[in-house]
Amino acid sequence: MTKNMIMGGLAVFVLAVLSPFWFNMVTTTQAAPEPELLGPAKEAKKCVLDTYEMRANHMSLLDEWRDAVVRDADRIYVAANGHAFNMSLSTGENSCLGCHEDKAKFCDACHTYTSVDPYCWECHTNPKEIE
Amino acid sequence: MTQKYLIPLTAVFLLFLVAYAGAGAGLGWFFGIVFPYLAVIAFLVGFVIKVMGWARSAVPFRIPTTCGQQKSLPWIKQNRIDNPDTASGVFIRMLLEIFLFRSLFRNTKAAFNRTASNRITYSWEIFLWVAALAFHYAFLVVLLRHFRFFTSPVSSWVQFLEALDGIVQLGLPGLFLSGVVLPAAVLFLLARRLFDQKVRYISQASDYFPLFLILGIALTGIFMRYFTKVDITAIKEMTMGLVTLSPTIPDGVANLFYAHLFLVSILFAYFPASKLMHLGGVFLSPTRNMANNTRAKRHVNPWNYDVPIHTYEQYEDHFRDKMIEAGLPVEKKE
Repeated sequence: MTKNMIMGGLAVFVLAVLSPFWFNMVTTTQAAPEPELLGPAKEAKKCVLDTYEMRANHMSLLDEWRDAVVRDADRIYVAANGHAFNMSLSTGENSCLGCHEDKAKFCDACHTYTSVDPYCWECHTNPKEIE
Repeated sequence: MTQKYLIPLTAVFLLFLVAYAGAGAGLGWFFGIVFPYLAVIAFLVGFVIKVMGWARSAVPFRIPTTCGQQKSLPWIKQNRIDNPDTASGVFIRMLLEIFLFRSLFRNTKAAFNRTASNRITYSWEIFLWVAALAFHYAFLVVLLRHFRFFTSPVSSWVQFLEALDGIVQLGLPGLFLSGVVLPAAVLFLLARRLFDQKVRYISQASDYFPLFLILGIALTGIFMRYFTKVDITAIKEMTMGLVTLSPTIPDGVANLFYAHLFLVSILFAYFPASKLMHLGGVFLSPTRNMANNTRAKRHVNPWNYDVPIHTYEQYEDHFRDKMIEAGLPVEKKE
């Protein structure tokens, strides 16, 4: 190993470690999505979970719902706030997308931002897309 | 002997609690902004200083380990990789060493025979190699997957890696294979130090500390993803703030995340001072990165002191008469 090789390797390593910093300088960075309530969701003032729980834990809730509906035919979820909801992602007005009508804003904005690729949409469809 | 692992274990617990409680007490800016920056600086400066020091040290001799037939007479087959005499052979040897840990593959263990003879025998022990390989590659995948928190939009290679790592599609959020392999491999490497008496005897606190620290990092990460759950949009807002040098503390960043980040920062800051520097050191292994060509090429010690030398010819010139008189063989008879 000559000194030049070692210094070259070291320079490559330092650049690699700093890559998150310079990569964001040379490319344009998308800002974080701003969550906003639209349509029926804006008036409803109630949801299945409170805001933080919803942001952190919605995938587990949907997973439990799927099992409850598919295996036990149990379709009604009574939330901690006392309201009853239909355990459905995309069917009917009492479902997730029935209230939050804009899938692109309600689901996709954050999923794309954090590189989450849920397989919900391999079976479900966005009701807005069915005409 | 117990304090050698109890102290590192306690230290990792305390570090976790300090960050977890500290973030809860409103010190998020320290654990989330100040300390991570300091840790990255410490990591890079420490790493560079350490490697520069190694680069400065003299390498007066060729000391490659020979694990096969040396280049010899034309009809004797040389092992070009395990006893390389060319730069290309050395390159392949280093490639296999760095990516496949080839020398660890040859690991043997010594044990006394259980029979009456009670002789010491050496047997091939492959599990250290398997666990080391599993650990390093799982850690690499985990590290590379975290690039989703440092670029926006997320690059397609990160998404490809995530799809590959999450190929089992188990549960929601989907299980990552690296999340199983990494802690399992760390636990094996830890169990080896704790339960193999011979390894336990030579294990120091500085061997246990990185293992506990990495286990702590893995477990906090796993808890955030699979069990307690956190708002990762807020977390990504924060990490993006760090890497775009406009740090912010958004609402809703979980305390567990601060603890995770703090343990990672500790790992970075501690790295250059630890045995983890084998990351850089493996490239400079003198027994691996040199060609075994000492007989084909003359290697002069670069810091040979300039002394007057007395060659054999001069010696013989000096003592020829006396040598002939004593009947000793000489090369020139006047």
